[in-house]
Amino acid sequence: MAAVTVEDLVKSFRVAERQPGTWGALRGVVRRRYRTVRALDGVSFELQPGELVGYIGPNGAGKSTTVKILSGILVPDSGRCEVLGRTPWRERVANARDIGVVFGQRTQLWWDLPVVESFELLRDIYAVPHERFRAAHAELVELLDIGPLLDTPVRQLSLGQRMRCDLAASLLHSPKILYLDEPTIGLDAVSKLAVREFVRRLNRERGVTIILTTHDMDDIEALCRRVILIGSGRILSDGPLEALRAGVTTERRLIVDLADGTGPFESDGAEVVHREGARVHLRFDPALVSAPELIARITSRNAIRDLIVENPPIEEVIARLYGEAGC
Amino acid sequence: MRGYASFLAARIRVLLQYRAAALAGFGTQLFWGLIRVMIFEAFYRSSTAAQPMTMDEVRSYIWLGQAMLILVMWGPDTDLRDMIRTGGVAYELLRPLDVYWVWFTRCLAQRTVPLVFRAVPMFVVAGLFLGLGAPPSPASAVAWLGATLAAILMSAAFATLISLSLLWTISGEGMCRILPVICWVLSGLIVPLPLYPDWAQRVIMALPFRGLADTPFRLYLGHILPSEALPAIAHQLVWTAAMIAIGRLMLARGLRRVVVQGG
Repeated sequence: MAAVTVEDLVKSFRVAERQPGTWGALRGVVRRRYRTVRALDGVSFELQPGELVGYIGPNGAGKSTTVKILSGILVPDSGRCEVLGRTPWRERVANARDIGVVFGQRTQLWWDLPVVESFELLRDIYAVPHERFRAAHAELVELLDIGPLLDTPVRQLSLGQRMRCDLAASLLHSPKILYLDEPTIGLDAVSKLAVREFVRRLNRERGVTIILTTHDMDDIEALCRRVILIGSGRILSDGPLEALRAGVTTERRLIVDLADGTGPFESDGAEVVHREGARVHLRFDPALVSAPELIARITSRNAIRDLIVENPPIEEVIARLYGEAGC
Repeated sequence: MRGYASFLAARIRVLLQYRAAALAGFGTQLFWGLIRVMIFEAFYRSSTAAQPMTMDEVRSYIWLGQAMLILVMWGPDTDLRDMIRTGGVAYELLRPLDVYWVWFTRCLAQRTVPLVFRAVPMFVVAGLFLGLGAPPSPASAVAWLGATLAAILMSAAFATLISLSLLWTISGEGMCRILPVICWVLSGLIVPLPLYPDWAQRVIMALPFRGLADTPFRLYLGHILPSEALPAIAHQLVWTAAMIAIGRLMLARGLRRVVVQGG
């Protein structure tokens, strides 16, 4: 049985439209005009237990709306949705026991309380038996290295510390499914790596099904084999990251460091994207000219110091996909 | 149940930090109490007609009012307001708890902690120096305690309604300015209810507001006899239950329209 099934989900919001100027504001008092925004326009996908899937899309694409429907906070206009066999908004409380949610931009910890008291409060709220709580607590404290933070009030934690505590908080009741909504937003490099490593282990070792929403493409590349791309409320693609990349472009990148930074540079079969001093970025289509062939051509005409061949950055792939989707 | 109880305890621990506010509140209430006692003494001295309450009873009634004022003085719950404004309210729905009771619990803590902080010193000071008498019998004291507990529940149910209105108004300032004034007048905190004209009393006795102040105060004074305590407390509890029912309806409707914004 699938862990999460979503079928043809539709959700629209009514947004009041303001007319500009004083006269417009006055007219708005008497007669409001509304505009309907379709946040989700027939979204379908299925997740197997133990999957870790990246759910990406530009701002306003419908990512958070989907997560909110899956956690029972929002009711869709139409469509079917099952999380572990339950419809989330009909059985919100039962559903809540089996899922964990982390919103990167908010905390679920109690601002004024020391972290450990928030944890104990969550234990009581989720009615976790003491034995199980102790085990989960000890494991999470060790994995996330938050032992020294437990007695600190949440408001005094740094963002990276808080995020680790938030992750622990969302997992104390051992949920089977975890929704991570931009968990690395605003974190420094070290904290990002720690969060990523933790998420990876959680998925591999404990088999927690994870939906990861993010704008950080490094998160996606590091963690997700499967990526669902959503734009304007519709699913644009669903599959492995490599397929996504190949679907957009087959082009590759070549970075050349010239021996002479000021001299002219000639290339044949590749296009110069930009040049900064001695370093030249090129793009080429491997169907037209293979990488060894291109390198041979370039080295024959220019004195070079170093060469790097790479895939186009995932950011660019995504940006191009968004562009094609008209988002 | 354990979830709600822990939640209540946590809220109380947070609120215990606001001791300075309680001290300031105590000072203000002492001052206003003195003024109100003087006003009533002036009235009583200049009137020759027989009054339905003696001046001693009025004095005690006023000090009880000053001690329990916080039950009828609801400010907007700023934490909750921020949560609604920023969408953090979504987290409340992520818990395997009934949102109404979570909010009710919040309000209950919000009433109880400042009440204890202010009422205890007020009883001591007013009892020793300012003419707050003791209940005439142990039965009256027990009846007063029961009615006070019911009043706290009612105040929390009322505060929950105000919190729920934030789902529509976002700021809640208007509600929090108008409602307490109405409640002060109708609960006996401005003028003790027995001093109102008969026609007004008939209306006021049916309304819920007297349950917040007048009912426990008059039980304390023995102005309502302990033998009449049960119907008086039942009046409080029935209205509290009605407010809870209204609150749950409001919440069900309100949550349907809460649009937790975000991409």
